[in-house]
Amino acid sequence: MADFLAQNVMHFGRVLRKAGMSVGTDRVQLALEALRIEGGIARRADFKATLAACLIDRAEHRALFEQAFYIFWRDPDLLGRVLAMLLPRVQARPGTLTPPPENRRLAEALFPRRDAIEPAREPEQRLELDAHLSGSERELLRQRDFETMTPEEWAQAKRALTRLRPWLQTRPTRRFRPGGAGRLDWRATLRAQARQELAPPRWRRPRERIAPLVILADISGSMSRYSRMLLHLAHGLANPAERRQVPRVHSFVFGTRLTPISRLLRQRDPDLAVAAVAQRVADWSGGTRIGACLHAFNRDWARRVLTSDATLLLVSDGLEAGDAAALEQLAFEARRLRLSCRRLLWLNPLLRFEGFEPKAAGIRALLPEVDSHLPAHNLASLEQLVELLLCN
Amino acid sequence: MAELPASIDATQQGLRAQGYVAPRELATTAFLALRLARPLFLEGEPGTGKTEIAKALAGLLERPLIRLQCYEGLDLASAAYEWNYARQMLEIKSGALAGGDALFARRFLIARPLLQAIDPQANPVGPVLLIDELDRADEAFEAFLLELLSEFQLSIPELGLIKAVAPPIVVLTSNRTREVHDAVKRRCLYHWVDFPSAERELEILRLKLPGIDAMLARRIVALVQGLRAMDLYKLPGIAETIEWSRALLELNALVLDPATLNDTLGVLLKYQDDIAKVQGSEAARLLAQVEAEVHG
Repeated sequence: MADFLAQNVMHFGRVLRKAGMSVGTDRVQLALEALRIEGGIARRADFKATLAACLIDRAEHRALFEQAFYIFWRDPDLLGRVLAMLLPRVQARPGTLTPPPENRRLAEALFPRRDAIEPAREPEQRLELDAHLSGSERELLRQRDFETMTPEEWAQAKRALTRLRPWLQTRPTRRFRPGGAGRLDWRATLRAQARQELAPPRWRRPRERIAPLVILADISGSMSRYSRMLLHLAHGLANPAERRQVPRVHSFVFGTRLTPISRLLRQRDPDLAVAAVAQRVADWSGGTRIGACLHAFNRDWARRVLTSDATLLLVSDGLEAGDAAALEQLAFEARRLRLSCRRLLWLNPLLRFEGFEPKAAGIRALLPEVDSHLPAHNLASLEQLVELLLCN
Repeated sequence: MAELPASIDATQQGLRAQGYVAPRELATTAFLALRLARPLFLEGEPGTGKTEIAKALAGLLERPLIRLQCYEGLDLASAAYEWNYARQMLEIKSGALAGGDALFARRFLIARPLLQAIDPQANPVGPVLLIDELDRADEAFEAFLLELLSEFQLSIPELGLIKAVAPPIVVLTSNRTREVHDAVKRRCLYHWVDFPSAERELEILRLKLPGIDAMLARRIVALVQGLRAMDLYKLPGIAETIEWSRALLELNALVLDPATLNDTLGVLLKYQDDIAKVQGSEAARLLAQVEAEVHG
């Protein structure tokens, strides 16, 4: 009889897995084990808490779990049956249950056959108009397909990394390496003296590590020419060929909203990594709300990823579309940003043009807050790619 | 050493007796972690009581609490064990050591938190091991933890394997500076520690400051909850609520007025930008909202 419960939990685990959570067999087994503990579940909420503790492993998945739980275990008499371990298998009949509008991923996981039954529909195109943006700009919620990266581009990204080195400061860590005139290395000294009575003392000194680097890259429409290269650059920085002296890199992209992409860029293969980002980012080549995105960064991420010795790389053309309030926010958030890192470098592709003058209001708001305003082609790769794109 | 709690209710009540007001869901997770002998992985904003629960569990189970604070560059020597080379050297020089094999004896071993937690000699009862802010440590350290967390054993090349007789009760916390590796999480029971509900916060406040005026406590909680709904850089945690209540008691404040709030805002908010945002008209609006809530 208990098999019914086990089957249901297993099925539930499968639904969560299909919805994108990493629920392995071990977690399902753990959940089953937890459900069998004496003194455990006393009410419906406990059942949910038990499953949550065993099946969730990161904060972002809580909402997804919540929805899935209420849809999957929506039997009103649940508790009594769970306690009796007599729960019949949940029948997912396509006609009776409606998919939740909140989460398409979940809907697909729960109702995998829907598409097969219904005639294939065109993917829904959503246009969102934002009052803050000028009329012509709008956020296009669509996913861009990237071409793959050529070996030359990959080499360029790596070259760009070496050029970036001088900007990054090293700092001592609490780990040690032999040599130098630092502290006495007791372990090495002792070992040496065990072999030879009069061996000289060995020394060690702190290992150095490159200070963290945070990349905030604009991927709005006006930057679209550079965006892909930027992603490759960020990927190259996060996955350098030689593993020694790797800076800790945190990458974010923003258009109308901020998206952390460090995790996606961990993927070794640059093309797969960039493809993953493209799939994830919803506001590719849309409008820009720099101020609002910097605000989101400051509020949610700055304290987590910025240290007092971090270098922040803001890649944007600074073309903020918005009213006076938006510009004021931009200046305010930029100041906040500068206060939370060691150096704020602004890479601006617009500086490429001769006779560039900071006339745009957004640029004027940002300018006093950055430590350096650099043309993006200081990273030779960026410039070369731009040339390449312009020629095509 | 006390027995493990027999039910979720018992866990909740036991924690409360230790001065920790746990929501039902957290009590469930803690109960399961104890019964399944799995580490408890807690994530959440700073100031929501992640570290406190380890202390409460140690008190509830009457076991010692061993705390390992993580930081970048944390290595084996400061987390697990280290040889006391200076002392070894001295004993060699003074001729107190007879043979070479006695050089790596237990008396030269300096046990750091992780070794202390699993060493049957030091802790025959299995202590509560708190690994605080794991996200600050390097990934290499996480990989090292994997073996320790699943086998509760540590091998010291010179001495051999040290294995816990009674496994420690492990609590890991993270502020999400970075994502902790899945392999670590997979060995744990996960719980996101949220800011407390108004009801729970009021209970905490009454528990921590028994003498507090009931109306004042309600106003304090309503105001802090109002602040948490605002768009601030650092939302006030439970510790800030208690600290602020203490400050108000010091000032003999019975009613919250704009002047007192403005003067004491620094206790609740830790960023000048946040303080500037709340001070003045925003404070007055919050107070009006609080009054409406308390009387309504």
